[in-house]
Parts: sequence; structure tokens; C-alpha cells
Amino acid sequence: MTSLKMPALDQAVLERRAQIVASLQAIVPGEGVVADENAMRVFESDGLTAYRALPFVVVLPETVQQVADVLKYCNGEGIKVVPRGSGTSLSGGALPLEDAVLLVMSRFSRVLEIDYPNRCAVVQPGVTNLGITHAVAEEGFYYAPDPSSQIACSIGGNVAENSGGVHCLKYGLTANNVLGIEFVTIEGEILRLGGKHLDAEGYDLLGIMTGSEGLLGVVTEVTVRILQKPETARALLVGFPTSEDGGQCVADIISDGIIPGGMEMMDRPAIHAAEDFVQAGYPLDVEALLIVELDGPEAEVDYLIDRVEAIARKNKSSTLQISNSEDERNTFWAGRKAAFPAVGRISPDYYCMDGTIPRKELPTVLARMRELSDHYGLRVANVFHAGDGNLHPLILYDANVPGELEKTEEFGAEILKLCVEVGGVLTGEHGVGVEKRDLMPEMFTEDDLKQQQRVKCAFDPDQLLNPGKVFPQLHRCAELGRMHVNKGKLPFPDLPRF
Amino acid sequence: MSSEKPESDFHSKTNDDVLAAVRWAAAEEIPLEVIGQGSKRAMGHPTQTAHTLSLGGLSGITLFEPEELVLSAKAGTPLAEIQTLLDQHHQEMQFEPCDLGPLLGATAGQGTLGGLVNTNICGPRRLKAGSVRDHILGINAVSGRGEAFKSGGRVVKNVTGYDLAKGVTGSYGTLAVLTDITIKVLPRAETEKTLALSGLSDDQATQAMAMALGSSAEVSGAAHLPAGIADDQSVTLLRLEGFMPSVEYRIENLGKLLADFGRHEQLDAETSRGQWWAVRDILPFAEHQERAVWRISCTPDRGHKIVSDIRDRCDARAFYDWQGGLIWLEMPDGQPQADRIREAVSSHGGGHATLIRADATARRADPVFQPQPAPLAALSNRYRKNFDPKGILNPGRMG
Repeated sequence: MTSLKMPALDQAVLERRAQIVASLQAIVPGEGVVADENAMRVFESDGLTAYRALPFVVVLPETVQQVADVLKYCNGEGIKVVPRGSGTSLSGGALPLEDAVLLVMSRFSRVLEIDYPNRCAVVQPGVTNLGITHAVAEEGFYYAPDPSSQIACSIGGNVAENSGGVHCLKYGLTANNVLGIEFVTIEGEILRLGGKHLDAEGYDLLGIMTGSEGLLGVVTEVTVRILQKPETARALLVGFPTSEDGGQCVADIISDGIIPGGMEMMDRPAIHAAEDFVQAGYPLDVEALLIVELDGPEAEVDYLIDRVEAIARKNKSSTLQISNSEDERNTFWAGRKAAFPAVGRISPDYYCMDGTIPRKELPTVLARMRELSDHYGLRVANVFHAGDGNLHPLILYDANVPGELEKTEEFGAEILKLCVEVGGVLTGEHGVGVEKRDLMPEMFTEDDLKQQQRVKCAFDPDQLLNPGKVFPQLHRCAELGRMHVNKGKLPFPDLPRF
Repeated sequence: MSSEKPESDFHSKTNDDVLAAVRWAAAEEIPLEVIGQGSKRAMGHPTQTAHTLSLGGLSGITLFEPEELVLSAKAGTPLAEIQTLLDQHHQEMQFEPCDLGPLLGATAGQGTLGGLVNTNICGPRRLKAGSVRDHILGINAVSGRGEAFKSGGRVVKNVTGYDLAKGVTGSYGTLAVLTDITIKVLPRAETEKTLALSGLSDDQATQAMAMALGSSAEVSGAAHLPAGIADDQSVTLLRLEGFMPSVEYRIENLGKLLADFGRHEQLDAETSRGQWWAVRDILPFAEHQERAVWRISCTPDRGHKIVSDIRDRCDARAFYDWQGGLIWLEMPDGQPQADRIREAVSSHGGGHATLIRADATARRADPVFQPQPAPLAALSNRYRKNFDPKGILNPGRMG
């Protein structure tokens, strides 16, 4: 494990462990409190496995009232709380703290209501992303955002991370597909934002809560939009001699007014790793491979396939296949969907990065990444949500080689700085967590970050919820609240007034 | 509203001007009314401030990359200028901004990007494409503390930090003064057609719209205009947009699906646009300026019950957008009857009612925005104070 500075341990809390555990057991009886060290081991990490910490105690509440009572108790006693869904975060959002209650929401696993006339579903936060689709599939509906961990990740975690996925170019992120939530504040208040109506009233606190990484409240119910499944989907698999050609093809498709259901690109190392692993029939002599999926009514899909084919040929495609059956379409995707494990086969370890760039910068970024790869002596494979500029470089390393993880993290940080430098951002869909926390000043000024932290203060003035995540520095709310205006020293001679 | 004309104005042309003005106001604790062109000034609670901070001069499109689907502009940029540019590139703001000018008794075609973002009011395509808040990518702003800050960026996939860009959308200028705004833009549909069903009751129309929206027809507008709104008999409009072969195919299928709902006709692109323009800009209620108008956001299939409850007690007129989830309600006179309206909403699945048009006296007397439960109101208040602790930006505008 590399060094990661976390908030100082609260010795007073550590010393009162037995008493705190007993109080929590009184709130959540039975199996709901896990305090045994061996039993807690399973929770010591999330999807970012480089970091581990044993929780102080694990609580698995079953009712909203229990959540409220636990939070109220912790707030009263000054005990930190780390909320956790399925623990699939790739940025360490659910990394436990040794002096914090780990509040695990997995027992909130019921679909509460499916409302087809209003095309929404009301679910508990522990329901998996794919579980929502399964619950409504019979009537031909689905839930659109599809993070790659969808079989395991929970909708509550999706709200916390504002998760995306392959289909979000056309159908939006979690934030665009959630109509309402119920959540509990650190003070134990149970609040509702939005509902089955399309616009929530007042300030857009739903927009703030979505993607807040468990720092503002604990979500206990989610109302999501469900969509009618498209009639059909077909895909094109197109190889290009250069990433520039592939990138131009993507730009031309969009300039032609076409927003595909999915548009994914892989670079040569990723293509080779995937092909070796699943034999999807990918061409091996290309620098970029593009999968374009068109979904919708049959008449539309057939029409657009022809248009996209023409655009691809104009952009010097060297190979081009079009799916004529579901089997073929699934084969095109098989390699892309297996890209991560495929890379895992050719290297003892890999580190998955997540930055977003303006699409046109792709060739520049890939070229710079190759230079960095040479510099660090570490291989890198790229998969790219080409439609929206979300890049996932996979850095190949061996954790057993001393110093290689540190070198990998440094390489990763350089890539993310590069993303910001070309006009992009530090994270497209994985979240900041602990992983990119210390890089936040690359993108934000001190004032930018302070304003974000003031939002935190409105929800959680004592900063007990998931501390040590997202923000590189913890400012006390009292300090953030001070006004630094210099009365009388801001004269106004130049401002036109009348 | 000439009676609300301020005594003194600041005209900011640069971000630094805005920063200086807000810093001064924060230091002196003197409230500012923040306006773009003032086209939506008659909405919300009237503010009483001695000074106005006008952003009309803070104007200009600073970035437009059609192939990247992104546009940035200064907050005071006229919407018309943005729409003209997008039009030239066959693109649009997909949330379909409403022009509230005719409804509010002002000139059509006014309004700025900043005003649009601050009110978060959008048109019929809301039910498919989302609202303004779903298309905002990044902002630069000056908080009521007199600090410049930014949030978001220029790319669609971005979860870096809290989404303050959404967090200030719809805040009626009470949190921060926006200086720069970046939005997602999208290709304009190649064509459109509308399936128009005639003579349905509100109840039947609700069923027809739910059936259409639950099909794979990809309906991008679903409105019901009861008898007496547009015509002697009611009309239910279902809009399909996209590439011509797709629209043709879908409208045929949709017609078959809804065959049991009686007579229907297909409106061509031009007729369709005209109909949706009227729905979007609430033209049916432009005429009687003295009457109060409500905008109600509710559970789509409960909308007609809310209207029925209200109409049992007074002679209000209403039409529905968003499959019934958006009600435009015109009262018989200038009395908003806020309690009666909100009671009807809460007894049918909840939602919220906003008083969009009423004279200043009524807007002072009645809560323009839906009152929130006490704990949520307290959180909203703390949220606001963390942007604007002295309450100098549009104080009282949101109640």
C-alpha cells in the first residue's frame, strides 16, 4: 500500500469502542452489527484494492429509521461514518476508516414499486443496477445507465458516484435518470428530494447529492426513470490505420447529426489483449478499433447503419464489419467488454484510470501517453468511450516489483494532469474518492474547492460523513464561513453607475 | 414592472466588473438585484433593492465546437444569438427553451443564457431530453461572498467534485452571479411529425399519452389541450422527431397502437412545429394578462385529477404538457388561490406549483414557489447561506 494521508484517528472514539458497539447493537439488533475483526475483513477495501483499512465497526441497517438513528447517534457522539453500497468504487469512495462506522446499505435490496404509466421505478438503494432492469424487463423496459460493474454495483452507489456507462452518450448519466431520492442527513433527518414528477422544486439539491460520493447524506430510496427497450440494435466494427482517422470518424458521425447508442474505441494494445482473450475476430493490424452501436426502431437503425458506413469509409477505414444478428453484435462487444480482464491476463496487475478529454485531443493525448509509457517503462492499453471523450488508460504493472505501484500511480497522475491540461477533467465516471483527491488542485483553485466544501458544511457541519475523501484538505466549517471582504478598501471609481 | 425600477444600476461588461460589484455589495451589505435583460423580472417574488447588477453587457459566445457538442458563452449573451448560431449548424439546445415573453406580457425573443439557467424552465422535450440542468456542463460565477469560482468543465462525462453547475441552476440568482456558462448542445432532428388525436377527455388523453410513451415510438412531446384551449374540441398531440424514414415508420405504428382512441391525423413538420411552439411558449394564456398563471409539476398520470379538483371549485383553464406531468393553469382572475392549488397537488401524488404570472401584490402576498417541509427548507437555507451569507443577491426572490 502506498502512503495516503487520512484524517487523524480519533483516540477518544477508539477507546470507547465496546460502548459504541453496544449502543449500535441497541439500534440495529441481531446480525446488523459486525464487530469481529475476521468478519470485518471482507469490508476492508472496495474496488480500489491498493488501499485497505479495517473498519472501526460495520453496521448493516434494515430500515430507514435505523439509518436515521445510527446517524443521529454518531453525530451526537462525534463518530465518523463511511457509507457503502456494494463496494465496487474504483476510486476508494467506500474505503473504511479505522475510527469510522462503516454503514453498509446492502440489506436495502427491495424493489418497492414499478409504475409503468409514469415510467419509473422506486427502489431501495441496495438494489443492483442490473436488478432494476431485470425487474422491469418483462414489460420491455430497462434502466439506461450501465456502468460496467452493473451486475454488482448498487443504485445507491450509482447515485453517490453519478455513474455512467457505455450508453450514457445517448441516454445520460445517473443524474439524468434519477427523478427523486429519500436520504438521511448526518443529523438523522429523513428528507425527500423530487419524486415521480420531472422537475424537483427549489434548489437542485438532487443534482448536488448525485455524485457527492457519500459526503452529504445516506440515500435510502431512489426513484429512477425507466425506458422502453429499443426495438433493435446493430453495430459496426471498424478498424483504422491511425487513431486520428478513428477520431475524425467519430467527429464526422456526430457532425452528421447521429448520436449512437454506444461508441467505443480501443487502441492497438487493448485490441490485441482482447483478441487473444476472447477471439472476437478483431483485426490485429489496425491502430484504432471503433464499435458504433445504433439502437432504435428497425427502419432507423438500418438507415443509419448505411450512413455510418459511408462516413467510416470516407475516413479511411481499413476493415469494416456490420452485425446482421444479435450473436454477431454480441461478438463485436465481447472483446470490448472483456478488455479489462484481457489486460489482466497479460500483466500481473493493472491500474484503471478514468479521465475525460475533449474528443479532438485524443491523438495528442495518446501520443503523449506513449512518451510517458516509455519514460516510466510501463505499458499502457487504452479503451475509450469515444462519443463523450471518457478515456480509460490501463497501466500494466507488477505489484510484486518493489516501487512499481508507486511508479504506476505517478504515471496515472501524469495522465490525469494531461487530461486537465487539454481541457478535460480528472474523472469521467469513477469519482474522486481517495484516488484523485490530492489531484483536485490541478483542476480547481483554492476558492473553487472552498465553495464546494461550504456545500458540504450546509449538510454536514462537523464533517463526519466520509471524511478524507474528495477534498485534499479538510477546512473547518467555521473557518470556511468567514467572510474575507475588506470593508472600505474596495472603492468603485471605474464601475459605470447612474 | 416599472414600479420596481431600481434607483441605481451597475452595468458589468467583464467578469472583473461583476467581481468588483459583488465585493462592494458584500462589504457594504447592500443587496443587488441581478438581471440579464430583465425579461423574466416579473417572475418570482419581487425584490426591493436599491441597486441593480445588469449583465446585459457581459455578452458573447466564447466557444462553439459543433463536433464536440459544446458551447460556452458569457451569462448575458442573448438566447436569440445562441439559437441563430446553433441553427446554422443544425444543432440546438435540446431542452427546448421556452420564450416566456408573450406569457409575461413582454416582447418575444428576449432573454439571456444566464436567465435561462437561473430559471431552469424548459419546453415539451423535457420528458425525453431533460431540462436545462441536464445540459449544463460548467460555470464560472461570483458567489455572494464576492469570490469567483468555477465548477464542472466543457466535457459531458465529469464527476470531479460536487456538481455546483447543477447546484446553481434554477436558483434565480440567489446563490451566485453566473459569468460564464458551458452547455451541451445536440444535433437538431432532421424532421418531425405529430400524431393529433381529437375529442379525447382529459382522462382518455392521459391513458393515450401513457400508452404512447410506454411504446418504442420515442415520443418527444406529449401534450393535451382540452376543449376551448386551442379549438372547440380537445386535441392531444404526440410528437415524433428524428430521421425521416424513422419518423414515418414510428408514426404509422403509433397510429395503429392508438387506434382505439378514435380519430387521429398526422401533422406535417411545419404544422407540427407551429403547434408545439404554442405549447412551449404557453401561447393559449398570453391573451388575458390580468389572470394569474400557475406552472404545476406533478406525477404525469395524476395531472388531470389535480385539474379536475381545481376546476370543481373555480373556473380555471388548463392544458397539459409532459404527458400530463406539467400543467399550465390559468385562473379566472388575478387571484392565485395558492392554498387551493397546492392542496390539490398534494392530494394527488405531490409535486409542486409555481406562480408564474401574477401582479406584484399577489406575488408578495403568496408564496410563489412551493413551500418546503421545515427540515428541507432549513437545509436549503443553509445551502444558500454558504454561497451568500449576507443575503445580498436577489434577496427574497425565491421567498
